[in-house]
Amino acid sequence: MTAPELDHTRPMAPQEAVPGPMGGVLEGVDVSCWFGSRKVLEGVNIKMDAGVVTALIGPSGCGKSTFLRTLNRMHELVPIATLAGSVLLDGHDIYGVGLRLTEVRRRIGMVFQKPNPFPAMTIADNVAAGLKLTGKKVADRDGLIEASLRRAGLWNEVRNRLDAPAGGLSGGQQQRLCIARSLAVSPDVLLMDEPCSALDPTSTRRIEETILELKDQVTIVIVTHNMQQAQRVSQHCAFFLAAENEPGRVIEQGPTDRLFSDPNDPRTADYVNGRFG
Amino acid sequence: MQTTDPQGSVPSDVPEPPPHADEPRKLEARLTDADRVYRAVVSSGAAATLLLITLIGVFLLIGAWPALKEAGFSFLTEKVWTPDGQPPRFGVAAMMFGTFVSAVVAMAITVPVAVCTSLFINEYAPRAVRRSLTSLVDLMAAIPSLIFAIWGLFFLVPALAPIEDWVVAQFGGWLPLAEASATGGSLFNAGLIVACMTIPITTSIIREVLAQAPRHECEGALALGGTRWGMITSVVLPFGKGGIIGGSMLGLGRALGETLAATLILSIAFEIKPRILENGGITVASGIAIEFRDAKEMGLSALMAAGLALFIVTFAINFLAAMVVSRSRSGAST
Amino acid sequence: MTTQETRALTAAPGASPASLDAGSKGAPTASSTGPSTGSPAGPARRVPPRRRPRAWRWSDIAEAAGALAASFFLTWLIFNRLLPFRIMPLAFFAIWFVLFLPIYWFVTKDGQGTTAAKDRVATVFVMAGALFTFTPIVFVIGYVLYRGLKSLSGNFFTQTMQFVGPLAEATDGGALHSIIGTLEQLALATVIAVPLGVLTAVYLSEIKGPLARPVRLVADAMTALPSIVAGLFIFSLFIKPHIIGQSGILGSLALSILMLPTVTITAEQVLRVVPGSLREAALALGAPYWRSVLMVVLPTARAGLSTAVILGMARVVGETAPVLMTTGGTTLLNPNPLSGFQDNLPLFVFTQIRSSQESQVDRGWAGALILLVIVLLLFILARLVGSAGPGRRRFRIPIPGRGGRRRGR
Repeated sequence: MTAPELDHTRPMAPQEAVPGPMGGVLEGVDVSCWFGSRKVLEGVNIKMDAGVVTALIGPSGCGKSTFLRTLNRMHELVPIATLAGSVLLDGHDIYGVGLRLTEVRRRIGMVFQKPNPFPAMTIADNVAAGLKLTGKKVADRDGLIEASLRRAGLWNEVRNRLDAPAGGLSGGQQQRLCIARSLAVSPDVLLMDEPCSALDPTSTRRIEETILELKDQVTIVIVTHNMQQAQRVSQHCAFFLAAENEPGRVIEQGPTDRLFSDPNDPRTADYVNGRFG
Repeated sequence: MQTTDPQGSVPSDVPEPPPHADEPRKLEARLTDADRVYRAVVSSGAAATLLLITLIGVFLLIGAWPALKEAGFSFLTEKVWTPDGQPPRFGVAAMMFGTFVSAVVAMAITVPVAVCTSLFINEYAPRAVRRSLTSLVDLMAAIPSLIFAIWGLFFLVPALAPIEDWVVAQFGGWLPLAEASATGGSLFNAGLIVACMTIPITTSIIREVLAQAPRHECEGALALGGTRWGMITSVVLPFGKGGIIGGSMLGLGRALGETLAATLILSIAFEIKPRILENGGITVASGIAIEFRDAKEMGLSALMAAGLALFIVTFAINFLAAMVVSRSRSGAST
Repeated sequence: MTTQETRALTAAPGASPASLDAGSKGAPTASSTGPSTGSPAGPARRVPPRRRPRAWRWSDIAEAAGALAASFFLTWLIFNRLLPFRIMPLAFFAIWFVLFLPIYWFVTKDGQGTTAAKDRVATVFVMAGALFTFTPIVFVIGYVLYRGLKSLSGNFFTQTMQFVGPLAEATDGGALHSIIGTLEQLALATVIAVPLGVLTAVYLSEIKGPLARPVRLVADAMTALPSIVAGLFIFSLFIKPHIIGQSGILGSLALSILMLPTVTITAEQVLRVVPGSLREAALALGAPYWRSVLMVVLPTARAGLSTAVILGMARVVGETAPVLMTTGGTTLLNPNPLSGFQDNLPLFVFTQIRSSQESQVDRGWAGALILLVIVLLLFILARLVGSAGPGRRRFRIPIPGRGGRRRGR
């Protein structure tokens, strides 16, 4: 159903908006995070390659969402949040002086746990919201909207009601609208924080298909509680775990196949086999 | 700096964090110029609110200074108001007395009635009319005090006159409060009209707070076999204590500052007397409204001083009330 | 239980409605009042009639009715036989109520014990309190309508008081000058207060800087700022030092001081309910703060913000005391709010009503009616706007202190 779409979506992507066909390489180096005096994450080193979907798995409260939010500087929106280490986007520290905060967030998009389209805007306006919000002018606005919706696999469902309010869409459609909204500003990396946890199985499958279609165009990092989902969509996988009263750490990481079939660490084995968490 | 090889797996169970990694790093979160402008504009808007209240205090003080210098301490004790006479004699004693008496009368009616109405809307009224009653209270709060005041003057006071006359006739002989030579333009009636204005606003606040009483605790009380009143006294009222106090104080602030009811109802008399049913009295706000037209240099300054006194009293009460309400709320939500 | 449910139940006679009655308190007489399901007569198995459990029993009503009757006759006795009173309805009701309470107390205490008696008497108190609150509104609106309609005529909206002498009929002359003054002053006050109030609200809900706490407390406390003090302040700022004479604009300034806290508090409450996830979404797209506020937060809350504006207008449109000191008041039509005395509607009502001429008083009531209608219209408008569109919220009187609370539940 969606496979034929894939073929004509890639040429549709506006040329001036996509910096590289492969997306960017994101690398967390010795990332530690605090909320106030409480350390929630310690010494995380993960390299998220272009063309690869990286999944962050682990039980609740192990810091994987916090780590994801450090990757596009959303972590610091919490007033008491601090961090150490650095996050490199194509070799440049996003927390360094060279990159502007808003530019970082534009280049590293984010899709949230709960779909959050802007309720006061129409579907088309939602897709173009990123342009308006970053003050960018685009010659072919309609073309970009169509391309973004196609890339998110939503075009056929909404092409006739682009001027309807976004609140009328179903949960899964809203989430894909949020993906389209993120794609419209042509990010190098797309972060997804449990994007399917609020959705039904059918919508989840559609999102997963979308992820697989997008993986060659943009680097994707996904946090998920669902291990089948991690196996289905990701090629690289990192397992987070926090012992009691200790910050979360990466216990093990590697190719998804190997991590699930032949984990090195017994705790990883326990987790992927569903013995806890 | 060690970079993880994505192909191999690195069990980082006992990581050796580089020394710098154990301290939070200073973030470079430079705002864009536009964001700095945005913050400045918005902050100056907020600062303007603070500045405004300061300016009100300062300008009233400047205006009041000549009068305060002239009257000295007697400003607080003098009852007479002839600031433009020779020598000028004036003080807020009678005005403040009238203000407080009418406010106390108003609050004595408002508080129980507002609590009862809040309870009625929240706990007794059928669910279907609850929303309508709530908006009816809101509507009453939106009706201008002028309308209440003229309604009181033309409808309520005449309607109450026979009862008040009867009370004076029966009890006036031995109860000093009920003594009166003539009724109608009394502090009690002014307070009664003020109560009509403060009841809706107080009810609105109290109802809002009481509605937040934890439902599961209420149901717990009912499940133990408690009556509805038992549930209210054991759960709802203790929970809403702060809101009731704060809401009443905000109502009191309104009552103290109310101008129109007193201006229209009271027969002006600058005196202090306990006979609240008797004609005559003055409040600060109505005093300003009435004396303002004919005031000369010293008179204006004296009115400023009276206004300053009213401002300080009401602002202090409202400020306390706002603190009580917000504290009770924040405590309630945790 | 709705009739729909009832029908659904009837359509499926196999389902036992009795299970729905689980939890019903013992109500032996309930079957007589419970809605009949009209169960098909055919099947041999009798389906018990469906009923709505309720908390009261007929004996409760009997107790209340008995106590009411007893106290009524006792009151009647006092009024007609024992004391030489004329029967005054209000006094009669008061005494009836006072007598009813102890009688009802003893009746229920005798039958059901102290706890239940307390509950009953408290219920009576609560209902009486509610009656006390809601009765005035009926009388106020009714009386204003009654007095106002008598002297309201078409020329009330087209003429001024310029050539109307004190002995003219109540239907002569009009309040055109006052209505225009009110509209202009209200518009100017809105233009001044709304931007400031919304900016402050944005500061409180979006920036949350160090000023947030004092500003919130001051805004809360300002809601009950005596209106005469606002007038006095403007007077001492402009009129006394002869910077600007009494005029419409000064009235607007005084009104805007009163409007500011209302707009601020309501707007902040509205902005507070804009989901944080929308702000995050905007920021995650790379938006600077100002754009995320301007393009996402404020548009999302626009319905609520309109309500805030209308509420602020309703708050000040009837204010008399500040305009008494600042606008001057006149009988002439002065459409220029920037210079010269201007009248407005509350002032018109105030001056007309205080006069000793009956015809002027009647004219004042017509003005009061118009004022009431304006307030009602603003109120209804606020409800309509507030319940329409995304970011809606129920219309409410802004409640000071509500701002500091986290939104739970």
